[in-house]
Amino acid sequence: MSGLEDLYREIILDHYRSPRNRGELDSPPAVRVEGFNPLCGDEIVVYIDVDDSANGDAAVVTDIRIGGQGCSISQSSASMMSAAVKGRSIGEIRDLTKSFKSMMSIHEEGLDADSDADPQEDSAGAELKLGDLEALRGVVKFPVRIKCATLGWNTLQQGIDEALSS
Amino acid sequence: MAIDQSEVEQHAPGEFDVLRIKSDFPILSRTVHDKPLVFLDSAASSQKPRSVLQSMDTYYETINANVHRAAYTLAEEATNAMEAARSKVAAFIGATDANEVVFTKNATESINLIARSWGVANLEPGDAILLTHLEHHANIVPWQQLAAERELEIRWIPLTQDSQLDLSNLDSLLDGVKIVALTSMSNVVGTITPVRAIADAAHAAGAVVAVDGCQSVPHLPTDVHQLGADFLSFSGHKMLGPTGIGVLWARKELLEAMPPFLGGGGMILDVRLDGFVAAEAPHKFEAGTPPIAEIIGLGAAIDYLNNLGMEAVRQHEMALTAFALEHLSNRFGDRISIYGPQSAELRGGAMSFAFDEIHPHDLSQVLDQHGVCVRPGHHCAKPLMRLLGVGATARASWYVYNDEADITALGDALEAAGEFFSF
Repeated sequence: MSGLEDLYREIILDHYRSPRNRGELDSPPAVRVEGFNPLCGDEIVVYIDVDDSANGDAAVVTDIRIGGQGCSISQSSASMMSAAVKGRSIGEIRDLTKSFKSMMSIHEEGLDADSDADPQEDSAGAELKLGDLEALRGVVKFPVRIKCATLGWNTLQQGIDEALSS
Repeated sequence: MAIDQSEVEQHAPGEFDVLRIKSDFPILSRTVHDKPLVFLDSAASSQKPRSVLQSMDTYYETINANVHRAAYTLAEEATNAMEAARSKVAAFIGATDANEVVFTKNATESINLIARSWGVANLEPGDAILLTHLEHHANIVPWQQLAAERELEIRWIPLTQDSQLDLSNLDSLLDGVKIVALTSMSNVVGTITPVRAIADAAHAAGAVVAVDGCQSVPHLPTDVHQLGADFLSFSGHKMLGPTGIGVLWARKELLEAMPPFLGGGGMILDVRLDGFVAAEAPHKFEAGTPPIAEIIGLGAAIDYLNNLGMEAVRQHEMALTAFALEHLSNRFGDRISIYGPQSAELRGGAMSFAFDEIHPHDLSQVLDQHGVCVRPGHHCAKPLMRLLGVGATARASWYVYNDEADITALGDALEAAGEFFSF
């Protein structure tokens, strides 16, 4: 089954089997946001605690939990995301999100409309920062699954926006 | 008339030679990931036989012209071909009058037409609409939209454990209901619903009955009068025809009393600066240039199905469904759960299942590597998914060109998926 191994890397299956930061946070004070993939019915709930939203992009996401249900790609991507962003500042999370979404964009068709990622940051800086998330690179070869991989990230972005505006 | 049906592959009556049928569908000879294509997603959209594709080519190559508008030969031939297809549709569903057949874009538009035309003209605040928990979003959302605007109540016929309609409270549910809108066959779990019994009760309670026939019309013999329907909606692309063509059948008295839905050319008798006079049904509901080639293609699809015989189609699919239920259960035991009625007599060939706790999206990804097409997702029936307690299912569905070898290939691919995801 050539190709499938690119999609289902061992670390992805590991996060699917043993999702990190699974559960709920009391909301409020946590911000709770739901994300849907209308195509396949996947639903994800992201809870985040932010230390001081008045600090803007310097505010830190002190805790995160993931709920909902979905396929191995959406669940493992959200699990890896939760591990990667916990304890990071919102500014850092924005950079990470940009790098991840740029990896998920199909370069032949151009970058996502909402992505203004610097191509240089793409190649060098991003790979270092993405770490385990690199394992999801193979998803790009299966375009219908890209939305699965980005579901958690889009939901997190929405949560961050809500946290800062509250 | 330039289009005749000599192109239709002739099959001896009573014979159901699936290998020969397969050879009528050009797409079925292709491969996917170097594996022969095993197409098990006909509930979403069926494949098309060569005769349907050729009928549309012949239209464009020999008689292409706008219909109901000009006096020249091409226009007359195009109009005749389109109206001949309307008559075929009427006969196919047991309608006595071809003018009861309205062409739409798809079944979704047909249902919206009922809601926006009949619904707006007949429903008052406080009136109730009765749906079922089996419905496709296309038979939910138009009613929710109308209910929000008109302060209507929506009620639901619940389900039994095996996803059949629970009619134990039907009489009280019908109290105050003006329209019952229900599917005749579930696109998720295959359940065939007792439309006639519900229609009789609905009529006794003063309600009209709108049947979503998307899944049943392609697969079962259909007679609108035996069904007791007042409206019947279905799509061409699920019954061997092209996309972009749907049908709304309605009783003539209803169509005559209903206001037009979309306005424009083709639906009027007269237009003046201060208003218009609508044409008669069905043209009153067919504003703008219709999808002429697609209508002709649908006519060719009906010729193909009639040649097989709809009773033979049902027998073939019932046998396949029985085989699938037995084969998959015997082979996988507790590893597979098949939703819906467990008897082939009670259901059609749309079969949702859960396998090895593998998410349907992942399952269908692995199946695709084996050339097997099944659909993962909520199948546009999220309320039903919630009742089943899942976010998504994998669904296999079959049609005239499928055989036991296709089901066995599904089993083989499931076996491989189970190995791939064995944790």
